[in-house]
Amino acid sequence: MTKNVSAQAVSLSRRRLLQASGIAVGGLLLATAMPFARRSYAEQYVNKGPEDAPLSTSTALGAFLRIGHDGRVTLISPKIEMGQGVQTGFAMMVAEELEVPLNQVVIQEAPPNEKLYGDKLLGFQATGGSSSTRSNWEPMREAAAAARIMLIQAAANQWGVSPAECRAENGMIIGPGDRQIGYGEVVDAAAQLPVPESVPLKKPEDFKVIGQPLRRLDTPGKVDGSAKFTIDLQVPNMKIATTSTCPVVGGKLLAVDDSRARALPGVRDVIKLDNAVAVIGDHMWAALQGLKALDIQWDYGPHATIDSEQIERALHAAFDREGAIATEVGDINKAIGSASSKIEAEYEMPFLAHATLEPMTCVAQVRGDTCELWVGTQVPVMAAAAAAQGSGVQPENVIVNNQLIGGGFGRRLESDFINQAAAIAKQVDYPIKLVWSREEDTAHDLYRPHYIDRFSAGLDSNGMPVGWSHTIVGASVLARFAPAAVPPNGLDADAVEVSNKPIYKLANLKVRYVPEAPKAILNSWWRGVGPLHGAYVMESFIDELALAAKQDPVAYRLKLLDEHPRAQAVLKLAAEKANWDQKLPAGHGRGIAVQEVFGSYLATVVELQVDAQNGIHINRLICVADCGIVTNPTSVRSQLEGGTLFGLSAALFNEITVHEGRVEQSNFHDYRQLRMSDAPPVEVHIIPSAELPGGIGEAGTAMIAPALVNALHAASGKRIRRLPLARAGYHVV
Amino acid sequence: MLTLTINGADHQVDVPDDMPLLWVLRDVLGMTGTKYGCGIAQCGACTVHLDGMAVRSCVLPVSNIAQGQKIVTIEAVGQSDLGKKVQNAWLEHEVVQCGYCQSGQIMSAVALLDKKPQPNDEDIDAGMSGNICRCCTYTRIRGAIKSVSQA
Repeated sequence: MTKNVSAQAVSLSRRRLLQASGIAVGGLLLATAMPFARRSYAEQYVNKGPEDAPLSTSTALGAFLRIGHDGRVTLISPKIEMGQGVQTGFAMMVAEELEVPLNQVVIQEAPPNEKLYGDKLLGFQATGGSSSTRSNWEPMREAAAAARIMLIQAAANQWGVSPAECRAENGMIIGPGDRQIGYGEVVDAAAQLPVPESVPLKKPEDFKVIGQPLRRLDTPGKVDGSAKFTIDLQVPNMKIATTSTCPVVGGKLLAVDDSRARALPGVRDVIKLDNAVAVIGDHMWAALQGLKALDIQWDYGPHATIDSEQIERALHAAFDREGAIATEVGDINKAIGSASSKIEAEYEMPFLAHATLEPMTCVAQVRGDTCELWVGTQVPVMAAAAAAQGSGVQPENVIVNNQLIGGGFGRRLESDFINQAAAIAKQVDYPIKLVWSREEDTAHDLYRPHYIDRFSAGLDSNGMPVGWSHTIVGASVLARFAPAAVPPNGLDADAVEVSNKPIYKLANLKVRYVPEAPKAILNSWWRGVGPLHGAYVMESFIDELALAAKQDPVAYRLKLLDEHPRAQAVLKLAAEKANWDQKLPAGHGRGIAVQEVFGSYLATVVELQVDAQNGIHINRLICVADCGIVTNPTSVRSQLEGGTLFGLSAALFNEITVHEGRVEQSNFHDYRQLRMSDAPPVEVHIIPSAELPGGIGEAGTAMIAPALVNALHAASGKRIRRLPLARAGYHVV
Repeated sequence: MLTLTINGADHQVDVPDDMPLLWVLRDVLGMTGTKYGCGIAQCGACTVHLDGMAVRSCVLPVSNIAQGQKIVTIEAVGQSDLGKKVQNAWLEHEVVQCGYCQSGQIMSAVALLDKKPQPNDEDIDAGMSGNICRCCTYTRIRGAIKSVSQA
């Protein structure tokens, strides 16, 4: 059942693979295969911090690690930091196995390189899907452990002793007779040694760093204003660009009168693109004023009459299509037909914008046949491709300098704004920083799909499910993002995640998916992705079954979770922490949800009260997680707290709507977000576990909506099946 | 030409009268700790202090700032004891996730604590609800503010 994580060793065949192919999974590649073969413009001008020591003074000990002659360790992170704390987690893994103090580890962003930095779970170089720790838990530690072994060997060789007589400690090799030498002094020799055939890893009971609640490495610069996000970068001679993109997807620019804009002080250029106009100014204010002064004529294209009602009608109509079968077990028609009772329900989730607080922004410069980007991106290789497409240079001539991200949530898995920045930069002879206004950012997002889910279940005379039929309709994100990953029948693994493999014991089961791409709206990944959708509908419907069976929702779920002891454990602990069996006053209610999401087990409880005017007040919000071995408990807690409230914000308030082909929302006044006064405290409980790490960045987000609607039903008897709650007139008090 | 007193130093700027302070700070003076989030005083990422009051610099035209009025930004808020305490509390409580809003959160928190050294939950709601955190670090922000008030 449990994969033994205590004694992982790199097998010989795997080691050969590493050496032969340059794949980063073992992390030990020698200097010839190093990234950063050339120093980029960015390193000359932007990254002036201490990490900017000339790379030639460091010696590479793998795709993930460099050690300087001064002993400082540079961790080349395959994952970008966007608040999830993953780079500190990686640094802790390295500190653990390399035996260096955490504060001696400096982070550098990995360049685009699928071979070195592709994610083994996702299949490409990306930060997303709550995969970072799961994918790198072994490779990152193996890379550091292998480096340690090589450093010890190099020191032993220098001293003429056996490596068995030496040990690594605190950035030094300690040998017999009080010999000691710093890593920086033996790193060149170490890099010439063969890759060790066996790289044993520490047993969890020997961890000194992993498992400690340590402070994040990236936070000091974020409390004194010194941290630089993309929007803060200043490249010499750079000017600021902002755009107006055709409000309707598929529309084109017909003509623009820019005479008034060009006359404004500080406006430098007006650039025409196929579907947008950019104004370039000395500062953002000039660019924004210039944009307002343009007289633009658009060809709105084929989607200019689309509105939300039409989109919803098309989604409903899609239920009549066959679609793709995701799961079929037993005979669903017979099971439901012969059941004692039958329950049906339809759930609906809206389009959602990401609304990252740092809007889409990208610094780009095109010089000759090269394009250089400074941009916070979750997908460096795709970013390079988008810039190549926008600027007309070859993808291999695009340099990507990845940056801290001011909110990702999936939005920066897309490269539309990078393509646009490169297309603007192509037309001028200076670097530009493209900054989208909040209005552009809200109206030109790629939104979480609008899903409609229909369920039908048959219950036996004891109220337990004997048949479970589930049909999902919504856009296939995968079909747009990575068409090759979708089989011919259109089955999108993300759209059916959680739903297609219910954790509940269901003898007769059928799950069907019908893809339906809306007109006028592009869809993409949104924090929580498949599990966000799956957990909401599954946990709403199972709650309805429990209540139809006149059974307690916790007890009912437990009866169906025989095969999932970890799910039982989180469910039981959540119920215990919430005093589940204690009666609440009228108008109060508790709701619960449990699922396996991103390889972690979660149970979330909401306890709320609702008044006669539909005012909701959440009194308690409890999140219990078993996410396997925890690298940094503080980061796990933070992600569960913040992630849960991120999901709450959407479940309460958010819905993107379309009128005449345009997104109707524009800024935080009409796309409101959870604020301090709305935010209940989140109680987090982590169950100690020796299992492999699960994902945690999106897990909390996925669980809150069902717990919320289940609690609302418990409090009021009203079942809300369409999110957000604001749509049904609820508000926060 | 306007003279702005920012973080104790005078800066001469030649900008349009209606230009908001935010863009003067960021794009003219290169002080990028103050962030753009919405441009309409809805998110608080651009919060600075004007004579000790928390103001949204994205909607404050520079010509509305009287000569001699003191502007303090995130880059210098730590020079006051209270500012430093708040920054330290942010680190001790591991408040920060992506960090983009935190300049504004800290500026609002310092202004709140300056006016009300021991704010209750309602005071914190009132003083901090103009600042959006999309990572939703609210639980820890509240804890950090309370720790400063109790210190």
